[in-house]
Amino acid sequence: MLSKEEVKKIAKLARIDLADKEVEKFQKELSEILGYVEQLKEVDISGADLVGCSNQLKNIMREDEADEKPAKQREKLLESMPETPKESLGDPTGQAKDSYLKVKSILDEIN
Amino acid sequence: MKLTNLTIREANDGLKKKEFSVQELTLAFLENIKTKDKIINAFLAVCEDKARTRAKQIDEIINEKIRKGEEIDVLAGVPCAVKDNILAEGMKCTAASKILENYEAPYDATVVRQLKARDVVILGKTNLDEFGMGSSTENSAFGPTRNPVDPALVPGGSSGGSAAAVAADMSVFALGSDTGGSIRLPASFCGVVGLKPTYGAVSRRGLIAFASSLDTIGPLTKNVDDCEIVFDAIRGRDPLDSTSVESSKLKIENCKLENCKVGIPREYFGKGIDPEIEKVIKSVLQKCQDAGIKLEEISLPRAKYALACYYIIAPSEASANLSRYDGIKYGFSEKSAKDLMEVYSKSRGRGFGPEVRRRIMIGTYALSAGYYDAYYLKAQQVRALIKKDFDDAFKKVDMIFSPVSPFPPFKIGERVEDVLAMYLVDIYTVSVNLAGLPALSLPVGKAGDLPVGLQIIGKHFEEQKIFNFGKFLEKITKNFHE
Repeated sequence: MLSKEEVKKIAKLARIDLADKEVEKFQKELSEILGYVEQLKEVDISGADLVGCSNQLKNIMREDEADEKPAKQREKLLESMPETPKESLGDPTGQAKDSYLKVKSILDEIN
Repeated sequence: MKLTNLTIREANDGLKKKEFSVQELTLAFLENIKTKDKIINAFLAVCEDKARTRAKQIDEIINEKIRKGEEIDVLAGVPCAVKDNILAEGMKCTAASKILENYEAPYDATVVRQLKARDVVILGKTNLDEFGMGSSTENSAFGPTRNPVDPALVPGGSSGGSAAAVAADMSVFALGSDTGGSIRLPASFCGVVGLKPTYGAVSRRGLIAFASSLDTIGPLTKNVDDCEIVFDAIRGRDPLDSTSVESSKLKIENCKLENCKVGIPREYFGKGIDPEIEKVIKSVLQKCQDAGIKLEEISLPRAKYALACYYIIAPSEASANLSRYDGIKYGFSEKSAKDLMEVYSKSRGRGFGPEVRRRIMIGTYALSAGYYDAYYLKAQQVRALIKKDFDDAFKKVDMIFSPVSPFPPFKIGERVEDVLAMYLVDIYTVSVNLAGLPALSLPVGKAGDLPVGLQIIGKHFEEQKIFNFGKFLEKITKNFHE
């Protein structure tokens, strides 16, 4: 059975916020699932050939050349962002040459 | 003749003979959706205007071709539906999740591009379990889909919307995705045909990724012939999916049923299977034997570990694939977040449903330091052995038959609280994904009033043999679409 601390640690690693009352529910459910998959311990894996796992897939190579994506597609992708660069740059004309993506501060204050 | 009851070939026939137009056909389906979908909830989005416009264009294309005496593509003008984890440009693609509730697809998935090139009419996007995680379509953030056979029951999942759309005559065919049984199970529960192709036969580009070594896209159709038509339209190597492989159709001479042996895995008919389902499957096997098909008992010794193996590998890959939903690039972003960590954890905490959070956390745990060897590595080793069991069996037989599900369709709400009870529904389907094999779900009878699907598993890239067997079984069980 996973402890509450372990559940909170997993949630933090997964970057998923859990409400306090949810921790207990997930504690029970995750423990159940892990309990079920424990049975893999008993499998004798001698003779397991990991290399042959895929359908004889081989690595595919191509020239390391940049693909000129049409500007229209870049526009579309930028439109999906929750905080569009045009807004964050305060540029009403939307003519900003280099699009920036605004995120919360990564660095702390220097003490 | 009810327009919404037609197969692809029947629709094509009617269009060629000008018995009806693409617009009339499309309207008939849009009407059906209006009347039936309030209850069934198969569609998350219906693109009525786009469909009508496209139908008009295709009518002009077809009329021009008839005038010139040219061939009409078998798929031209055929209305279809697409599971809402497959991108269709200009339409929302939600993966049935709050985290993508307002996300608009910036491009077409390769399979959508391929079908559009064949002049299909897309009616809309269908409901699914969130991110493909589930076996009943109850994990959708936008309400469950109901089984058209009995609306109190689940349609199966995760492609429940697609299966229900085809079963309820709201679409001629639909695209679904299958990671652990998500095409085959709803096909079985709704009484339609569903194909999980060989891993790599169909491009995954534009499919919202769940577990990249297991995900496949495939058709749900009214009969096997339609299934083959759609599969042929979407198969092929795609430079944008490096795991896709060019595969050519097997020559018919190599697929004669008289020369094929069918394997019946003894481990799949033990305890746990519903007696009504077992009766139906055994009766089909008897009919096969009576028709001269050679049946042979085979063993898949590690089959019993497939579910445990899947429920480590799939969540692990999912935890990696779903890390992209961070509230930054697209999707739901928690505005009240105070710092970067809160942007991530609050957006994901609020945007993801419970099953998705469960699976991400299992995956995170299985991949974390100290646990990777015991869980993920071990599961991949067991996976290699499960695949070896199939390879060994396929040295003796050409096909493997099994039930699709040990249980008939269950009531909505019946299993949703018991996580393991829900997972057990996939017990016959997951091993096929682990081994990358193709498999068809074919309706072969009823348990009471409820449809029962037979699973036909083939060797890698031998979908042709599966189709041949499927068509043969349709005849001998007289279950083909009329």
